[in-house]
Amino acid sequence: MIYARGLIKRFGDFTAVDGIDLDVAPGEAFGFLGPNGAGKSSTMRMISCVSMPTAGELRILGMDPVREGPRIRARLGVCPQLDNLDPDLNVRENLTTYARYFGLSKSEARSRAQNLLEFVQLQEKATSTVEPLSGGMKRRLTIARSLINNPDLVLLDEPTTGLDPQARHLLWERLFRLKQQGTTLVLTTHYMDEAEQLCDRLVVMDGGRIAAEGSPRSLIETHSTPEVVELRFTDEVDYTGKLEGIGRVDPLPDRILLYTDDGDAAVNEVHRRGLTPSSVLVRRSSLEDVFLQLTGRTLVD
Amino acid sequence: MVTTMLAARVSLSPSRVGAVINRNVGALRSGPSYWLVLVSGFFEPLLYLLSIGIGVGALVGPITLPGGRVIEYAEFVAPAMLAVSAMSGALSETTFNFFFKMKYSKTFEAILATPVKPFEIALGELSWALVRSSVYTGAFLVVMVALGLTSPGWALAALPATLLVGLAFGGVGMAISTLMRGWQDFDMLTTGQFALFLFSGTFSPVQDYPPAMEVLVAATPLFHAVELVRGLAIGELGWSLLGNAAYLLAMGAAGLVFAARRIQRTLCV
Repeated sequence: MIYARGLIKRFGDFTAVDGIDLDVAPGEAFGFLGPNGAGKSSTMRMISCVSMPTAGELRILGMDPVREGPRIRARLGVCPQLDNLDPDLNVRENLTTYARYFGLSKSEARSRAQNLLEFVQLQEKATSTVEPLSGGMKRRLTIARSLINNPDLVLLDEPTTGLDPQARHLLWERLFRLKQQGTTLVLTTHYMDEAEQLCDRLVVMDGGRIAAEGSPRSLIETHSTPEVVELRFTDEVDYTGKLEGIGRVDPLPDRILLYTDDGDAAVNEVHRRGLTPSSVLVRRSSLEDVFLQLTGRTLVD
Repeated sequence: MVTTMLAARVSLSPSRVGAVINRNVGALRSGPSYWLVLVSGFFEPLLYLLSIGIGVGALVGPITLPGGRVIEYAEFVAPAMLAVSAMSGALSETTFNFFFKMKYSKTFEAILATPVKPFEIALGELSWALVRSSVYTGAFLVVMVALGLTSPGWALAALPATLLVGLAFGGVGMAISTLMRGWQDFDMLTTGQFALFLFSGTFSPVQDYPPAMEVLVAATPLFHAVELVRGLAIGELGWSLLGNAAYLLAMGAAGLVFAARRIQRTLCV
């Protein structure tokens, strides 16, 4: 579906994407994980054939975006980071009007719009204008719009950023159903849980480069330990030395992370050494830890 | 040169251009405010015609054309107001509305994620501006015939000329909109538009202007629009009308090509 080698995007002196390689297979749910400014959106815009690569090789659905942009875009569904729904049209018209850009007939546009409104549970809002809809509803409508041409490949740029937990879960559930229907999904996110929920495979991006690649599980196995202990101390003492040997110690500004195979055993050892943290949390290792390991920085601040 | 630039874009799809127009039809249907804007744009030149053309015209008396023919002052002003309504119809669509869709509502960005190309957006927007402009001019021509300021035959002849005026100003309107930085820039546009409105041979023959002024006016677009539309509306034909038409056609085509390039440059990065 997507093939990229040495893909580069520059804006003047600034290099947003600095030579990345990608392979996305049909039916896969593929994720770009990284902080703001990592080059995720620039990569997505190149994949959606709106922005042209500065250098490198890119093939989308086996075609060259420079020469066959319209043909490729006819088979893509794009859900941009910021909603660009049409404020002059109502909910249903946003879908039917969009269908016409793909050359669909009026009747086909109407029937697809109806099905998609049901799929994203917006039937009752069909004749409402866009402006009064909640953030979650707008995003669902944008996703419905991106599906109007029955795309082979759906691109979602931070699909749940800015949504409340309930709206996120509803959206995840819809995206999961799409994935089960065999649609290839490519999404960017800076949420660990989202990447773990939705992606079969992902790349961690940082500073325009790919820092690591693999399934969420394999990334955690490679770059972290099974469990993590988070310790918080109220005083300003440097505990790094006192924790030596319990696991790999990573001091953050507000807490200390202990990477270990067995969290409970590590906590016991902390207490045995007579240390009294104000709070202790044992948790499974997550992609956040992978990111921290790879870049030395937290993902969302 | 313009034709070769157009030829480079031969892979245009009429259905995609139609889809861009269809979007504007939809916007018109769902918003009552849009209708209001549409109606108000028709009355402005009509009010000028009544107050200045007929009102002031009663004080001015008949005027003599360069060819020696004498016509009523209202007959002289009415075609100019017709050209102005073609201009303002096309401009209001391609400036305020176009700018909003390009910069604020991100409508063009959404469209560019589909197979539709920048040039198809520009062409669809221009076509829609022509629809709006011809609604104004069609209604205005009916009023002119009703007031005896032109004959039905010459009114029909003037209609395509007003379309050409709409094309010229619509094309340039889009081009200007792609360069606008914010709403405050529109003040300059409004001022420029008003200056053209006053000094394009609209209310007095350009032959009465000082010679330097006459040359300057002859370079501006509304002058050519007024000359062409007036020539046809009062049946005063001459070869110079072809020159006026060529000016307007070139202006529209250049505006269209420039706007399409700017859409590509600003939104496809």
